[in-house]
Amino acid sequence: METLIAAAQLVLEPYTLMVILACALFGLFIGAVPGLSATMATAMLVPITFYMDPVPAVGAIVTMSAMAIFASDIPAALVRIPGTAASAAYVDDLHQLTLKGKPGIALGLCVVTSAIGGVFGTAVLMIAAPQLAEVSLNFTSFEYFWLALLGLSAAVMLGSGTLVKSVMALCLGLLVASVGLDTSSGYPRFTYGQQDFLSGVPFIPALIGFFAVPEVIRAIVHRDNTVSARSISKVSELFEGMGKILWKFRFNVARGSVVGTLVGILPGAGSDIASWISYAISKRFSKHPERYGKGYEEGLVDSGAANNSALSGAYVPAMVFGIPGDSITAIVIGVLYVKGLNPGPMVFINNAVEVNAIFLVFMLANLLMVPLGILAILMAAPVLRVSKTALAPLILCFAIVGSFSIELSTTAITVMMVVGVFAYLMEENGIPVAPAVLGLVMGTLVERNLITSLIKADNNPLAFFERPIAGGLGVVTLALWFTPLLVALYRRYRRPRVAA
Amino acid sequence: MQISKILGAGFVAGAMVFAAGAATAQDYPSKPITMIVPWGAGGGTDATARIIATLLEGELGVPVPVENRTGGSGVVGHSAIANAAPDGYTIGIATLEIGGMHYQGLTELDYTAFTPIGLYNSDPAAIFVRSDSAYEDVNALIEAVEASADREFKASGSAQGGVNHLAVAGMLNALEIPVQRVAWVPSEGAAPGLQDLAAGGVDFVAASLPEARALMDAGRIKPLAIFATERADAAPDLVTFEEATGVAFALGSWRGIAAPAGLDPEIARTLADAIGKVVEDPEYTQFMEASGYAMQWTPNEEFEQFMADSDAQMGTTLRAVGLAR
Repeated sequence: METLIAAAQLVLEPYTLMVILACALFGLFIGAVPGLSATMATAMLVPITFYMDPVPAVGAIVTMSAMAIFASDIPAALVRIPGTAASAAYVDDLHQLTLKGKPGIALGLCVVTSAIGGVFGTAVLMIAAPQLAEVSLNFTSFEYFWLALLGLSAAVMLGSGTLVKSVMALCLGLLVASVGLDTSSGYPRFTYGQQDFLSGVPFIPALIGFFAVPEVIRAIVHRDNTVSARSISKVSELFEGMGKILWKFRFNVARGSVVGTLVGILPGAGSDIASWISYAISKRFSKHPERYGKGYEEGLVDSGAANNSALSGAYVPAMVFGIPGDSITAIVIGVLYVKGLNPGPMVFINNAVEVNAIFLVFMLANLLMVPLGILAILMAAPVLRVSKTALAPLILCFAIVGSFSIELSTTAITVMMVVGVFAYLMEENGIPVAPAVLGLVMGTLVERNLITSLIKADNNPLAFFERPIAGGLGVVTLALWFTPLLVALYRRYRRPRVAA
Repeated sequence: MQISKILGAGFVAGAMVFAAGAATAQDYPSKPITMIVPWGAGGGTDATARIIATLLEGELGVPVPVENRTGGSGVVGHSAIANAAPDGYTIGIATLEIGGMHYQGLTELDYTAFTPIGLYNSDPAAIFVRSDSAYEDVNALIEAVEASADREFKASGSAQGGVNHLAVAGMLNALEIPVQRVAWVPSEGAAPGLQDLAAGGVDFVAASLPEARALMDAGRIKPLAIFATERADAAPDLVTFEEATGVAFALGSWRGIAAPAGLDPEIARTLADAIGKVVEDPEYTQFMEASGYAMQWTPNEEFEQFMADSDAQMGTTLRAVGLAR
C-alpha cells in the first residue's frame, strides 16, 4: 500500500502528467495518420525520453502506444485505411458502418472497448506480474535459458510471414546480437577494431533503423494521395445506442479482453495478432458469421478490446523476464535497462515504487483514452489530410538526431541508416523484421544463460533437465520444435495406406 | 585522429609553457565543465556523478553537464577523459576498472593518464551465501572450499575479471588456495549473480553491500565477511575478512574524480576544493546515505597513491586468475 501511494505521487507530479498528456496527443496523431505505426513512434520517442526520469520515460511510451492503437481505428472507419496493423482485422466492418451512416457509433464503440480492454489488460499486468516475479525469483540460468528459447520459438511461429522467412530474420538478429565483447570471456567478436562496437551494435539506433527508416523510404517510394474524409461534429453521435450494443455484446468485450491479454503475454505476438485471433474466434462462435465484414458490430467489439489489452499483456513477460511480448516492449526493455530498471524479478523488489508507478500510468492512459479519443475523433478530418510524404523528412531528421544523441557518436547514425535500408529490403521481400528485432534483443539473454548454465554444469547437457521447472520448459520447447516435423512424418507415412 | 591528437597535445603544452598557465588558472572556470561518466545512465556511478555535478554548478558558478560515454567495459569513457584537453573543462569519473583493463590488454591506458582530483567513494566487496545456507561464518565456507574438488564450488557476482570476480580470486590467492578451485560463473553485474544465488544456482557470491541490500532485506541472502580494513558503517555487525580469518585482504569498487594528465596544479586545487565542499553538502550526504554508498574524500596526491596501490593489487590478482595478457 505504501508503495502504491509513493507510486501515485510519482505519477501525479506535474512534469510526469505533462509528459503523459503530450504523448497521448502524439499517439493519437500517429495512430490517426495511416501508415505510421505505434512501433515506429515508440522508436522515435526513445531519444526524447533518454534524459527523463524512469517513470515519465516509460509512461510516455505506454501512453503513446495505447492512444495510437485506438486512434488507428479512426482512418479505418472514415477512409477504410487502418492507421496501424492492429485495426486491419475489422477495417471492413468499421467502414461499412460509416457507409451506412453510422460512423459515430462505430468509433464510439472503438474508443469504449479499447479503454475497457486496456484497463482489463492492465489489471492482469498489475496482479500477475508481481506473482510471476515471486515465482521466478527461484529461477536460475537454466530456467532462463529455456524460457528465452521458448520465447524466441513462439515469436517465430506466431509472427506474420512464412516460417522459413521468420527463422531467417531471427538468425540475422541473433548474428547481429553476437557483435561485441562476448559476455562470458570478454573476447571482442566481429568488432573489426572498432571501439564503438565493443559493447555491441548500438541497440536504440538499430531499432530506430528497423522501424522508422523503412516507413520513410516507403512514404517516398509509394506516394499516396491524401484523402478527404467525412467529419463527425457532435459528441452525442458517438454514444447513440451505445449502452444497448455494449450490453448485447458484453460477453464479447470480456472474451476480447481475455484473448487479447493472453496473446499479448505470448512473446512476439502483439496487438495486431491479438486483433486477428480475437476476430476469428468471435466469427467462429457468432450466431451471425455471415454478417462479419459487412458492418456488424460483434467482431468489432471483440477485436477492439483485444488489441488494447494485448498492449498491456505484453509487459508481463517484458518486466518479469526481460522477454518482450511484442515489438513495442522489445524497445521498452532497452529503455528499462538504460533507466536502471533492469527487467527481471529483482525489479519488483529493488524498484517497486517505479514499477507500480508504471502500472498506474497504464491505468491513467486507458482512462484518458475516452475523453482524448473523443477529441481525436472530432478533429479527425484535418489530420487525415496530412501528407505522409511531407512527414517523411521530419521523421528522418528525428531518426538521425535521436540516434546521435544516444551514443554521441556518428557510428550510431551509420548503424541506423544501414539497418534501416536493410529492414526496408527485408520487408519488401516479405521477410518480417519483428523476429530480427527479437533476436537482437534476446540474443545475449539466450547466450549468456546458455554459457552460464554450461559453466555451472561443467558442460553436462543433462543438467538442463535436472531442475523440475527447467526440465518442464525444456520439454515444452523441444515439443514445439519437433511436433510439426513429427506430424509431417506421420502424414507422409499414412498417405500411401489411405491411397491404397 | 592521431595527428590531431599530437597537434592538440603540442598546442596545449605550448600554451602552458608560454604565459597562458597563470591566466587560465585565475579565470578558471569561465565556461561549462563537462563531466564524463564511463558507465551508463541510471547506474550507481552515473547517479553519484550527477549529484556531484549538480552541486558543483553551485560551487563554481558554471554549468556542469554530465555526458555518459559508455562501452568497451569502461575503456571508451576513460579514454575520453584522458584524451581531452587538460584545461580543466573536461573532468570525469574514474573507477576501479582503470587499474585492471590495461593488464587485460583492452587498452594501454592506466592511472598515469589522469590528474587525480579526489576519491569520493569506495564500497568494499563482501561475501554472501543463501540465508538457509549451512555456512554460519566465513571460516566454515573456507574450510569447505579447501576440502572440495576443483570446480565443485561455483561463485558469481560479476563478469570475468570484474571487481567481484577479483575479490573472490584475490581471497583465494590470499588464503593460498588455488584460484581454479572455485568455478567462476560470469554474470552481467552483481544483481543477476545475487539473484542466481537466491535461486540456488551458485554457492556464494561477492558483491558490495548496496548491491546486495534488497535481497538482504528480503531475507534471502546473508553476508559472511567484508573485504575491508575496517567494518562498514552500513553493517557494523559484519566482521571484516581479516578479523575472521587473520589473513589481510581488502578489495572493492571505488569512484573518483579525475582530469586529463597535465592539468595546471592550481586548477586541480580549485576543483578539489570545490568538490571537497560538495561532498560535505547535506544534500549529497543524504543522497549517498539513502542509496547506501560509502562516503569519503581523499584529494589529489593521496588519491594518486590510492590509484597506484589499487593498480598493483589488480595486477597481482589478474595474474593469479590468468586474465592478464
